[in-house]
Amino acid sequence: MTDSDIERAIREHHPALITYITAGDPSLEETKAYVEALDRGGSDLIELGLPFSEPIAEGPTIQAAINRSLAAGTTPRRFFEMVDDLETDAPLLVMTYYNMVLQYGSSGESRDGPDVRPFVERAAEAGLSGIIVPDLPAEESGPLKAACEEFGLDLVFIVAPTTAGERLETIMSQASGFVYVQARLGTTGARADVSGATHESLERLAAYDASADGVPKAVGFGVSEADHAAEIVTAGADGVIVGSALIDLIADADDPAAALEAKARELKGGAEAGLADAPTKQ
Amino acid sequence: MSESETSFGRYGGQYVPEALMPALEELEDAYQRYVLENEDGFLDEFEERMREFGGRPTPLQRADRLSERYGREVYLKREDLVHGGAHKLNNALGQVLLAKYMGKERIIAETGAGQHGTATAMAAAHLEMPCEIYMGRTDVNRQRPNVYRMRMNGAAVNPVDAGSATLKEAINATLRDWATTVETTHYVIGSVVGPHPFPKMVRDFQAVISEEAREQIQAQAGRLPDSVVACAGGGSNTMGAFHAFVPDESVALYAVEAGGSSLDIDEEAGLAPNSATLSTGTDGVLHGAMTKLLQSGDGQIMESHSVSAGLDYAGVGPELSHLVATDRVTPVSVDDETALNAFHRLSRLEGIIPALESSHALGYLEDAAEDLGEVVVVNVSGRGDKDLETVLEETEKRDLEAAPDVEVFER
Ligand SMILES: Cc1ncc(COP(=O)(O)O)c(C=O)c1O
Repeated sequence: MTDSDIERAIREHHPALITYITAGDPSLEETKAYVEALDRGGSDLIELGLPFSEPIAEGPTIQAAINRSLAAGTTPRRFFEMVDDLETDAPLLVMTYYNMVLQYGSSGESRDGPDVRPFVERAAEAGLSGIIVPDLPAEESGPLKAACEEFGLDLVFIVAPTTAGERLETIMSQASGFVYVQARLGTTGARADVSGATHESLERLAAYDASADGVPKAVGFGVSEADHAAEIVTAGADGVIVGSALIDLIADADDPAAALEAKARELKGGAEAGLADAPTKQ
Repeated sequence: MSESETSFGRYGGQYVPEALMPALEELEDAYQRYVLENEDGFLDEFEERMREFGGRPTPLQRADRLSERYGREVYLKREDLVHGGAHKLNNALGQVLLAKYMGKERIIAETGAGQHGTATAMAAAHLEMPCEIYMGRTDVNRQRPNVYRMRMNGAAVNPVDAGSATLKEAINATLRDWATTVETTHYVIGSVVGPHPFPKMVRDFQAVISEEAREQIQAQAGRLPDSVVACAGGGSNTMGAFHAFVPDESVALYAVEAGGSSLDIDEEAGLAPNSATLSTGTDGVLHGAMTKLLQSGDGQIMESHSVSAGLDYAGVGPELSHLVATDRVTPVSVDDETALNAFHRLSRLEGIIPALESSHALGYLEDAAEDLGEVVVVNVSGRGDKDLETVLEETEKRDLEAAPDVEVFER
């Protein structure tokens, strides 16, 4: 299989920094400026959250961002129009809940129920390279996986601290782009340290190494500081994912774009420092 | 796992974060062994506790004045007589006991009006399990007696401030807790909703309603009923009342939803002034299952409404969606005013104060008795003591034909 945009970005910029912000928080116009700032700051992939009213995987920080975005009138149609206008070096992914994927372009009345194809087709047209759906486990992913393959997008799967054995095999065999290693149980949100579960998860995943045929592994959930990024990369990750810490900057900084650019640079620096400490594996 | 095992036709499934999937597999295994195969005598213990602690079996009572009023035989399945005052204990006790058999150390649950929360707190106290209940802040404030009941039974009550701070936000918060504590905690979901195996398991715990009623009606009326009528929020009393009758093709099954103040929705504001999900909803995924939902064209979930807090939910159990799609169950709706009148009518005519939820099923008799055949079973899912405050308030706002004169109070 040839590398996708996402896999290529991770391999070329290894160790990769992957950033998440909620689109439309506080407006889609500002999201554009923030994405460009993250791109300038060295983010190698950027995830854009498309808000859903019931974000069950999210902690308080991202829940609040989603509420701000919905209150500002963000819709899937306006979201895609914003992405149409974006020009970044970093490939972009959309992160959203399954019902949003199902309902886009659906009449709601069709006999076989809603269809995921219109969403994926529009995502591809807008230039998005991948999709992450936190409430879609491998068991239910057949239709979306097929549509992603049809339109050339990666469907990113999450591996949790509770994922082991056969489930891990199944997920790894379906993964494309990268595997999202959930650093700890619970919801998203910045934490003060790197969880012990992160190290355990990376050890379990070591069998599927990026240098072989496997897809890269990126760690997220709770990562907020450069030294977390370093620790995670040293432990064997190919990338680190940071979200809530950036949402906090958007909510609180006087100049969020400048703050995001600086934070991305700092996190990327941390990841690179972590690689220098990593036991050589390639 | 094949699709047919985790779903009902195209409804159901397991749309949850990966972190919860191993817990669902573990639960599925426990459900199979203890509930379906009676391993370690689980079912024997459950039935004994439902008899001695829960007060089962409940009577099937011929309602003489309603029978006269509607010109047909009306029987009431008296789930209001279950300990706690509603069918909710059938499920709560079953799941808390199962959690014990599974070696879990802690129970969490969501509640809207507080009926499932109080049933779970009672069951947890009875079985000595630590218990935490998530409840929207709005509901905490408008259901104070139920909050006290849960606290008195030793449960912690965690208010949820997100969104409209009602049932759907309470479910979100409970799912988030579970995603964190899944290794030691069981989530006692309150209706036939959520990811597989919850809809099947909760239905099986509630099926005792129709298993008893089916035998009772044959003993008392000498035949099967022409129809069974039950209210539907999430649908647990509904599936409980229907399950044993589903194979009886001559028995019509009516799921009565909350028509609220109107069946129209306000897409702009994201509001549905009703909870008539089966009647007016569209297919989508919420809280772990593909089912009918009240949602905007974009897929955002609507704020629903009903005078009855227990029916106020934008989703519904996937098995009911399937039974409606295959024309086995007929979805109908009854508005706030008809339900309030039915509440007063049953209280006055039969000496039974029904829950506002159950009053929707009773309201359908008034709307469409002529469609229901000669022998009708209505599920009285709960008693109405919990609703007195709401009923007083809502009755004062209206000119209800069945309401009593309360001029004994000084104004
Ligand atoms: C008495 C009673 N009936 C019905 C319901 C609705 O739930 P379900 O549709 O799951 O039976 C409730 C919910 O709180 C209830 O308390």
